[in-house]
Amino acid sequence: MLKKRIIPCLDVKDGRVVKGINFIDLVDAGDPVEQAKFYSENGADEVCFLDISASLEERDTMLDVLKKTAEEVFIPLTVGGGIKSIKNIKDSLMAGADKVSINSAAIKNPDIIKNASEHFGNQCIVVAIDVKKIGSSWMVHSHGGTINTNIEAFGWLEKTQNLGAGEILLTSMDRDGTKLGFDIELLTKASKILDIPLIASGGVGKIDHFYEGAEKGQADALLAASVFHFNEISIMEVKEFLKTKNIAVRL
Amino acid sequence: MKKTITIVDYGSGNLLSAQQSFIKAAGSIGIDAEIQISNNPKKLELSTHVVLPGQGAFKTCMDGIQKIPGMEDELNQFVKIKQRPFFGICVGMQLLADSSEENGNHQGLGWIEGTIKKLPGADTKLPHMGWNSIKIVNKNSEIKPAENDYYFVHSYYFDCTNSDNVLAETKYAINFPSIVNKENVYGCQFHPEKSSNQGLNIIKDFINL
Repeated sequence: MLKKRIIPCLDVKDGRVVKGINFIDLVDAGDPVEQAKFYSENGADEVCFLDISASLEERDTMLDVLKKTAEEVFIPLTVGGGIKSIKNIKDSLMAGADKVSINSAAIKNPDIIKNASEHFGNQCIVVAIDVKKIGSSWMVHSHGGTINTNIEAFGWLEKTQNLGAGEILLTSMDRDGTKLGFDIELLTKASKILDIPLIASGGVGKIDHFYEGAEKGQADALLAASVFHFNEISIMEVKEFLKTKNIAVRL
Repeated sequence: MKKTITIVDYGSGNLLSAQQSFIKAAGSIGIDAEIQISNNPKKLELSTHVVLPGQGAFKTCMDGIQKIPGMEDELNQFVKIKQRPFFGICVGMQLLADSSEENGNHQGLGWIEGTIKKLPGADTKLPHMGWNSIKIVNKNSEIKPAENDYYFVHSYYFDCTNSDNVLAETKYAINFPSIVNKENVYGCQFHPEKSSNQGLNIIKDFINL
């Protein structure tokens, strides 16, 4: 049986792990290679690096981090943040990433999804979508959540799926950093639209939230950061708990 | 004896991870092995083991091999004449089949009888992505995988003509072969290089052949 995946996300800036609360306040939480290794040895099903700096000079630092991680970590590795071109995607894959997540670049030029999935296979193209509820609609935001694109979220989900996205990483900006739990309404609606896997992100504060995301939200994978980084919850605790709730996990 | 393991580079995706996993696996069992990535068919002559990775579409991968002058001949020589250990991963495993129905009808290497077909996606999401279990259905193999979870990413599967060539099965909508084996040829639909310790154990068994 296919298992629900638990994915720790490491925000990386200039080769160091940080995690922003609501995308702004940064707290240093260590070396990305060591952390990825720790997580892979402690039950993570995948590891996600989000390069939040993404200036040109720091991009090379990230490729170096990927190479070092590939030497020590033998579970899937996704990298995102500042991916702008087919060349960026190729460089990341050649450095050891298994999947690349595209966000702002896909909004600016949706054809990059099509080109990238035709080029490298849709299995390695993740489209990351940051959404914020405005009135009764969820709107897509770009550039680390700072710009409202005025694109409606569910239409965008459908479009990216049709263009060849292999997987969707959906972040609720309203919930991110709040520890109030995933936006279940958002996930439920997204799950109905998607035929490709959905990774839920934004808002995990306690162990029940993982269950809600998997069961009510119907997400295929659950992504979290600070609860794992600061040892508030361990990945194995999450999995043991999900198992008691009859959710299939890898133990 | 020192082993020389060649990972064939025909322009398909993330070879670094595969190389690192073989280095790690060889090191952990104390085997002296050179793990090289190469697109040079001549390197196959001096290899003890060959690994064919694969990502993306079947035809793109097959074209990639055929674009390298002499590569398909050397692969055939290695597998059929010299009968040395050969390992296909994901699409690299699918290429072992006679043909594939992915985007048309395309010929494969034809080393293990069967056809590559699309998984039924009516009630399940495609690609089949994530960790899934395997069930051993044939214990007469030099490779002894654990019945554990492994990492899969694919939408097509190997419909084997001869069930004796199926070493393990996985269920996702249907039961499909997750490990195939015929004589010196092995293939995994999942990614052993991305399947944590249980994946590395399969790689160790292969290196030991």
